Amino acid sequence: MKPALFEYVAPRSVEEALDALAGDEMARPLAGGQSLIPTMNFRIAAPSTLVDLRRIGALEARAVEGDVIRVGAMTRQRDLERDEAVRRANPLIAEVLGNVAHIVIRNRGTVGGSIAHADAAAELPCMLVATGGSVVARSTGGERTIAAEELFLFHMTTALEPGELLTEVRIPALPPRTGYAFQEVARRHGDYALAGVCALVTLRDGVCSAVRLAACGIASKPTRLAAAETALLGAPPEGEALADAAEAARECVTAGDDRQAGLDYRSDLVAALVRRTVAKAAGRVEGRA
Amino acid sequence: MAGRIGQGTPPRPSPDPRVAVSMTVNGERIEREVSPRMLLSDFIRHELRLTGTHVGCEHGVCGCCTVIIDGHAGRSCLAFAVQADGAEIRTIESVAGPDGSLHPVQRAFRECHGLQCGYCTPGFVMAIVDYLEGNEDPDLSDDAIRAVLSGNLCRCTGYKNIVAAFRRSAALMRGAG
Repeated sequence: MKPALFEYVAPRSVEEALDALAGDEMARPLAGGQSLIPTMNFRIAAPSTLVDLRRIGALEARAVEGDVIRVGAMTRQRDLERDEAVRRANPLIAEVLGNVAHIVIRNRGTVGGSIAHADAAAELPCMLVATGGSVVARSTGGERTIAAEELFLFHMTTALEPGELLTEVRIPALPPRTGYAFQEVARRHGDYALAGVCALVTLRDGVCSAVRLAACGIASKPTRLAAAETALLGAPPEGEALADAAEAARECVTAGDDRQAGLDYRSDLVAALVRRTVAKAAGRVEGRA
Repeated sequence: MAGRIGQGTPPRPSPDPRVAVSMTVNGERIEREVSPRMLLSDFIRHELRLTGTHVGCEHGVCGCCTVIIDGHAGRSCLAFAVQADGAEIRTIESVAGPDGSLHPVQRAFRECHGLQCGYCTPGFVMAIVDYLEGNEDPDLSDDAIRAVLSGNLCRCTGYKNIVAAFRRSAALMRGAG
């Protein structure tokens, strides 16, 4: 339960951090450490060098700019959860964060760290896919933006290249006439979800003009529930269309059976969660009684 | 791939690097040289001999090792001592007064029978102290209390008395006798 030996550096700028990462393929950035340190304690991970990002103030900046919320990668999850401006711009974020582990973990865990860690059952990656967000990745070679759906490749695997550092997360503000909801099922509060669903429902004249649904815990990465979205488009978010959407979501469940749940149970969960989150999101559309 | 003793790749012959750290622990300035891999929980217990911070699972599940780092409760087993360089740390040893008078949270645990074996108690106390101190109007709904306590495991009490101790703590901190 003790980590293997490693070298440690704590640079004061992104540039210095990128230099340290570029020089050593086995070096890893250390953000809040709430996922990396347990994997190191178990010796599942044994980086050669940890590049601690805690002194880089530039990575803690955040701002609501028009319809985009820019979140520095080192923003603590608890700080984002309690940020009133962010809550006004997109209240889904705080609802999702309330399900991420426990307050004491969120005090240290970072937004960028959770997204770069890319656990297939984690809530923040699912939220980023549902909202159509993106991340900014920097390396000594330059900077690029990666859309959420291109970022997550597999459980704990992202499109980030060796030497690339996730520096910022961009989350769209809640669009007009749109309701939101996130719900998950876990054995204990704070555990990774057996299944979780994030719903964004836009209504026009009582029918769904846009729907975005994503789930965590049901596949090798956070997954759009495309067939369920299609079932709801142009229909009211209730009754037969909602029942069809819930059934359609089952086909997205590909996670293998594990000691906590089997495929059938996860399929039941995702169907139930689609029903609940879509209904809740639709009820939250502003101006709708 | 049953290996025989003496076979396989030898461990890399890397010397354990040492890094200088300075931090404030319970108001006292501390300077040490540590290995980067030393967990903050081990630093507190082994280097500083503050053994009130308990270690349960060492992977962030049980909450026994909770301390307050720069004003926020955190798991000391999920931090390296080097990460606490420049930080202000509070451990359970700082909670009671210098004369041994109990903190309201400690009094509440005693009054409400919020502990049995006591192994998890320092972690619970630190999480509750962090939540209630400096919070003029804490949310004392069952949901809010359980959300705070959900990060700590207790295998004795069944939690009901800990929830009661949480409420009693808040009352005592507002000055109710």
